[in-house]
Amino acid sequence: MTALIRNPKDFWTGAIFLLVGSGAVIIGQDYAMGSAVKMGPAYFPTVLGGLLALIGLIAIIRSLLTSGTAIGAFVWREVVLVLAAILLFGVLVRGAGLVTAVVVLVLMSAYASIKFRWTHALLLAAGLAVFTVLVFVKALGLPISLFGPWFGF
Amino acid sequence: MELFANLSLGFDAALTLTNLLYCLGGVFLGTLIGVLPGLGPVATIAMLLPATFGLPPLSALIMLSGIYYGAQYGGSTTAILVNLPGESSSVVTAIDGYQMARQGRAGAALATAAIGSFFAGTVATFLLALFAPPLADLALKFGPAEYFSLMVLGLVASVVLAHGSLLNAIGMIILGLLLGLVGTDVNSGAARYTFDMPQLADGIGFVVVAMGMFGIGEIVRNLEHEESRTLLVKQVSGLMLTKEDFKRIIAPVLRGTFLGSALGILPGGGAMLASFAAYSIEKKVSKNSAQFGKGAIEGVAAPESANNAGAQTSFIPMLTLGIPSNPVMALMIGAMIIQGIQPGPAVMTEQPQLFWGIIASMWIGNFFLIVLNLPMIGLWVRMITAPYHLLYPAILVFCAIGVFSLNNAEFDVYLMALFGLLGYIFIKLECEPAPMLLGFIIGPMMEEYLRRAMLLSRGDPTVFLTRPISAVMLVLALLAMIAVLLPAIRSRREDAFHEED
Repeated sequence: MTALIRNPKDFWTGAIFLLVGSGAVIIGQDYAMGSAVKMGPAYFPTVLGGLLALIGLIAIIRSLLTSGTAIGAFVWREVVLVLAAILLFGVLVRGAGLVTAVVVLVLMSAYASIKFRWTHALLLAAGLAVFTVLVFVKALGLPISLFGPWFGF
Repeated sequence: MELFANLSLGFDAALTLTNLLYCLGGVFLGTLIGVLPGLGPVATIAMLLPATFGLPPLSALIMLSGIYYGAQYGGSTTAILVNLPGESSSVVTAIDGYQMARQGRAGAALATAAIGSFFAGTVATFLLALFAPPLADLALKFGPAEYFSLMVLGLVASVVLAHGSLLNAIGMIILGLLLGLVGTDVNSGAARYTFDMPQLADGIGFVVVAMGMFGIGEIVRNLEHEESRTLLVKQVSGLMLTKEDFKRIIAPVLRGTFLGSALGILPGGGAMLASFAAYSIEKKVSKNSAQFGKGAIEGVAAPESANNAGAQTSFIPMLTLGIPSNPVMALMIGAMIIQGIQPGPAVMTEQPQLFWGIIASMWIGNFFLIVLNLPMIGLWVRMITAPYHLLYPAILVFCAIGVFSLNNAEFDVYLMALFGLLGYIFIKLECEPAPMLLGFIIGPMMEEYLRRAMLLSRGDPTVFLTRPISAVMLVLALLAMIAVLLPAIRSRREDAFHEED
């Protein structure tokens, strides 16, 4: 299989396009198609989805015929740390409050860097927590509690 | 003269104390993000959009535009002093600017960049004032068919200039168009591609997409290889240009300004294309072309004038037609919609104060920038070495709070993380995210115009070819695509982007 793919970047781009495009066409069947004069909600997305799937298919075929460079290694540790930090922010912000969410986001995402040091990260987290509380809650008046209901506030 | 009456109306609107402060704030922030590593105007404007809800429309737009053209100034400072472009539009400035700095002429290079940018900004402001009204008049005659074809042309043009495979870039546009259709269909009320999630009923917020793809995706990419920046010079002196220098930069600044202005108007154009083109042309026509790459002052003057001119004239299609030519303009359209203004030719006649106020503010902003950048250069020099490992957690915090506060919804934060992952994957696959964001903004508009055009023509698709303006635009789009596929131009295009790597 992998020996057949001579241009992995093209192959995977094509695969994404084919998947999303055909998905759009298939899901689009649930909506009314309408006619060219009175287009229904399915008309435009079906046309686009078909085109995208076609482009994906061409890219896949092309990836078997012409060669290209390999995809650079994914830095999974960094990806997971940064994305998980953002997701945790979403989970925490309402229940545990802005301060907790900011501190967790900063510490966890900063840990992804090779230059991470606890002292710097803690100072940064404290500084950003104070700054965001002052700017977003006090000055701009965003309705977010500083320490949420999980702590009994 | 009507032009001067209009401009004075604009200056009246822009010269209030509040608007002056927002203008100063915008260009200050713009310079800052231009200087700081790993933060571009798209992510910054997306971050600040939620904060502009409460502002009057003119103040909000003045500040956001200031960020865009201000970033062009800041980007050149980094390019000259550390040989790393602060913004993609100052990539070519680094070539000769850095060499000048190595020869102890950093001050002269910075002054050239600032003076060139200021001159270009002034000319571009006038061109904007001159060309916007007739274009808006023309646009008022556009029917749905013309708008649809114009959008096709704009989208095609944006991929002609994209990096890498043309086919994949077109795929990215269509992907963006599809994502733009998620949510309730305005005509039938049907919920499309919402997977029964009520949070998606209003569609995906473009701030979420922009921050995810341009903010988060970039951060992860930057973490792949963290590099420390080392400053060449700690103290910048010699900011005055000699007479000899002045003589050498006059022609390049003029050429750069006009080339940049012309390229900025094109759909898909803007600051980056302008600076690349200006540099390669200057290298060909200059008397000192042998010195290029070794610290030629012309190699700083031309692209720096061009990128500032291009940044400003790229407002023309946005303000007159309501069509974005690059991702920053797409965000500006979003900002106008947030303020309840429908971008398009009617803005100029219905809200002349807003329209002319933005244009006038650009000249004022350029004036602020020259003051900010030359006397205060010491401040920016210190900013350049800001450690990225302390900077990116802060960017993440602002992105997360900004997205959350849009609708007070955790869902948007999760969605931003998803788009961040997608952005990183596409970076790895060498698919540029910019065409996708353009498609995303244009998607719903395009569907609406297609529907109307087909309704008016009773389902006859030839309407796009029988109406002359529409036909011309479609032919141009086709020609642009064929041009990219021609081997001669193809290798040139690859060359042009090669200097970037």
